Amino acid sequence: MVEMRTRPRVGLFVTCLVDLFRPTVGFAAVKLLEDAGCTVEVPRAQTCCGQPAYNSGDRKTAQDLARQVIAAFEGFDYVVVPSGSCGGMIRKHYPTLLADDAAWAHRAQHFSARTYELVSFLVDVLGVTSVDARYDDTVTYHDSCSGLRELGIKAQPRQLLGSVQGLTIKELPGAEVCCGFGGTFCVKYSDVSNHMVEDKAAAIQGTGAGTVLAGDVGCLLNMAGKLKRQGSAVKVRHVAEVLSGLAGETPPIGDTVG
Amino acid sequence: MHSTAHSFPENARRALEDETLQYMLRKSGTGFQEKRARAAERLPEFEALRDQGRDIKNHVLENLDVYLEMFEAKVTEQGGHVHWCRTAQEARDAILGICQKAGAKTVTKGKSMIAEEIAVNDYLEEHGLIPIETDLGEYIIQLRKEPPSHIIAPAFHVSKEQVADAFRAAHTDLPPERSLEEPRELITEARLMLRRRFLEADVGITGANFLVAETGSTIIVTNEGNGDLTQTLPKVHVVICSIDKVIPTLEDVSTLLRLLARSATGQEFSAYTTFSTGPRRPGDLDGPEEFHVVLLDNGRSALLGTEFQDVLRCIRCGACMNHCPVYGAVGGHAYGWVYPGPIGAVLDPALIGIREAGHLPNASTFCGRCEAVCPMRIPLPKMMRHWREKEFEEKLQPATMRRGLGLWAWFAKRPALYHAAAKMAAGTLRRFSGAKGRLGSLPLPMLRGWTEHRDLPAPEGRTFQELWAERRGGK
Amino acid sequence: MSEARSQILGGIAKSLGRAPNEAQRAAARKRIADHARNLVPARTRLDHDAQVRLFEQMALEVSATIHRLPGLEAVPDAVADYLAGLNLPAELRIAPDPTLDAIPWDRRPTLTITRGRARDADAVSLTGAFAGIAETGTLMLVSGAERPTTLNFLPDTHIVVLNKDQVVGTYEDAWDRLRAQTDRFEGGVPRTMNMITGPSRTGDIEQTIQLGAHGPRRLHILLVEG
Repeated sequence: MVEMRTRPRVGLFVTCLVDLFRPTVGFAAVKLLEDAGCTVEVPRAQTCCGQPAYNSGDRKTAQDLARQVIAAFEGFDYVVVPSGSCGGMIRKHYPTLLADDAAWAHRAQHFSARTYELVSFLVDVLGVTSVDARYDDTVTYHDSCSGLRELGIKAQPRQLLGSVQGLTIKELPGAEVCCGFGGTFCVKYSDVSNHMVEDKAAAIQGTGAGTVLAGDVGCLLNMAGKLKRQGSAVKVRHVAEVLSGLAGETPPIGDTVG
Repeated sequence: MHSTAHSFPENARRALEDETLQYMLRKSGTGFQEKRARAAERLPEFEALRDQGRDIKNHVLENLDVYLEMFEAKVTEQGGHVHWCRTAQEARDAILGICQKAGAKTVTKGKSMIAEEIAVNDYLEEHGLIPIETDLGEYIIQLRKEPPSHIIAPAFHVSKEQVADAFRAAHTDLPPERSLEEPRELITEARLMLRRRFLEADVGITGANFLVAETGSTIIVTNEGNGDLTQTLPKVHVVICSIDKVIPTLEDVSTLLRLLARSATGQEFSAYTTFSTGPRRPGDLDGPEEFHVVLLDNGRSALLGTEFQDVLRCIRCGACMNHCPVYGAVGGHAYGWVYPGPIGAVLDPALIGIREAGHLPNASTFCGRCEAVCPMRIPLPKMMRHWREKEFEEKLQPATMRRGLGLWAWFAKRPALYHAAAKMAAGTLRRFSGAKGRLGSLPLPMLRGWTEHRDLPAPEGRTFQELWAERRGGK
Repeated sequence: MSEARSQILGGIAKSLGRAPNEAQRAAARKRIADHARNLVPARTRLDHDAQVRLFEQMALEVSATIHRLPGLEAVPDAVADYLAGLNLPAELRIAPDPTLDAIPWDRRPTLTITRGRARDADAVSLTGAFAGIAETGTLMLVSGAERPTTLNFLPDTHIVVLNKDQVVGTYEDAWDRLRAQTDRFEGGVPRTMNMITGPSRTGDIEQTIQLGAHGPRRLHILLVEG
């Protein structure tokens, strides 16, 4: 539990995919954080956590972007990220990325230690146990790889979803199996990626759930793209949209109103 | 072994269209994963043993030369011979030399990935010898003239109908109308045919899961007993293995053995774990008269002291590939060389070069399951990333990709310009997707891989930064 | 060859950025001389009788069969009945192992006994064992002039006479016993040490487990209490 002398001052790291594709997730994150007693600011000087460069072997660009992010978020109590993969990049990889930079190594360590993925922050740091939201549907949940394996996110989203009125959770067989997104992997090895997302789509449809949720927009775009190509009516959303009660304000990913 | 790793994308495509392979992959499903998980759960000390296993091998690697010398001294003391081989060719020649000196005609073989690496079977055949694989899976693929597709279950991809076909084609002495429908019948036939070979072999070649410096022993871990018949019956026993296999003591190797079978097949221990030390002793009624250990470097000593050193901790359990969704989609042959799956993605470029094997460390989503289950805690995704760094440094990646990422990076380092570009992109994509809320195709060639198989969901139309500035004054 | 040897060892030293020095060698020798135990699973921290029961349970799990006998004098009947029950000929190839000498084979004169290494035609073998390891139901057999290894692998059926006293908890306990007898093994370990956990098996045909791939299809343990 965190010691709260004042309201925690949170810097929101939006992530490039939320910024470009799904701002509602950003607003959902802000609402959840404010409801939980935080003040939230969004530094303008942020763009990307650097993971695409990092995973493509461009270490220098990744380091430059890491420094940019750290500098932009100086002074916050916490940095919160509505994404397991960006959150994992910052928490797990920034320290090693800048370990050999005498000027930045310590800053990176301290920064990473204050950075959390959204749902993990709510549950593990703020001690939130329930949310005040309604969502009338059966949902199934996909565990995004980085969130699960780098950040230990598994029980937390399920715990909060369990408190949403009208919502039933049906566990997804193979919830922990990769959906096949993997950044540039999905275009470079598109056949293999397709096989993986086909399996994921089949598993989702097999649950009979009306909605699939996850904590990462990359995975969600991938799964929604496949489901919609298959003509599926399954609704795809980021878990924050449901937990914040903002799901009604925007169509599911890949769908339109009406 | 000849490599087709550079053709991974085509290999993968063919694998995805191969109905028998896909059937076998689906049939196997999560079997290995569940077995491993149950075995790990059953042993409360499993996680602590993984830490100790990692520490033991790290200690060995830091002292590899010292332990190899001690191992050699003990082997020699017990009447065996150690042959040091820098390259695959030296190892092939060493083995051929031993066989020719023994006047060998038939050579039985236990399963050995190093033997695949140096392609010893072809070499022996070229020189008039007859090598016979005795591990059932290896025997099947030898008959089918193909390489192994998994390091523990080499014929993983072969259906029982395909096995029956291979047996009918090869075992022409047997009555053609015999039934070969059931696994039991296939195994009985294999046992019968290979028994003759075991008994008539002049030389038996096995691999080694571990070498024990304390005693000069080589260890094989099998379930069939073929490795034991291979080494006990012929006059000469040759062990072929890589230099990174040496372990200090019997106690140290016990720790690793506790991890191996559980990680590989979910067994508590394999049916046969055999320690072989030197040739037969005076008075022995059976056992080989000669004992040779062929130690192979083939690029491993060069990995020490580099960011790839940890890959030498591998104990060849196969857990990584059993849990890899890419392996699960395409099987082992698609990787194109001796070691498939995540371990192959790191080791193959080290042994045959990043130019040849560059696709392998790229064909990964970094989902991390391999590292999560590796008993030796090898950071496989991290090392795949190091290979990608090498490719970046040496400009081996396709130009379009480099340019695309370079352009994106240029914007990302300039937040104001980035936000402007994102604003434009969001609006444009939104407009193109019209009423449907998604795009069925994209003009950008690099992104064709996406829309070939999926729609691209439309963005909401305005960026978060734009909207935040509007609603909250951009603080 | 020795050029390859020095190049390989030199290459290792170069990669590690140091030449091996005497302190390192001494440390390695000490590690070997100490042969300290690493973490040993707690599952066998039981009294001896419980260890024997654990041995049985684990061995049965891997499809060995076990028959408890009061003493060696019960072995001939147990073996003859076992073979008859499986419709196997009453023929046995035995290790010339002195620990088996006390078995009164003449109690069942219809059993044909021969001693020596295994031959192709031998369908059933009988050997002793060095130890039974409770941890995983594993039999440890060591080779010697009186214990030919082929008896453990060539025949279709392998019968092992194991005395209760030979059951130990862990692999490390077995190594301790082995080292205590180094002069029996002329200062080194035996030529072959087999750790056998159940009969031979394979999953190589469509991942279905079948017993009796190349080694014995049946592993029958006579657990002698006296």
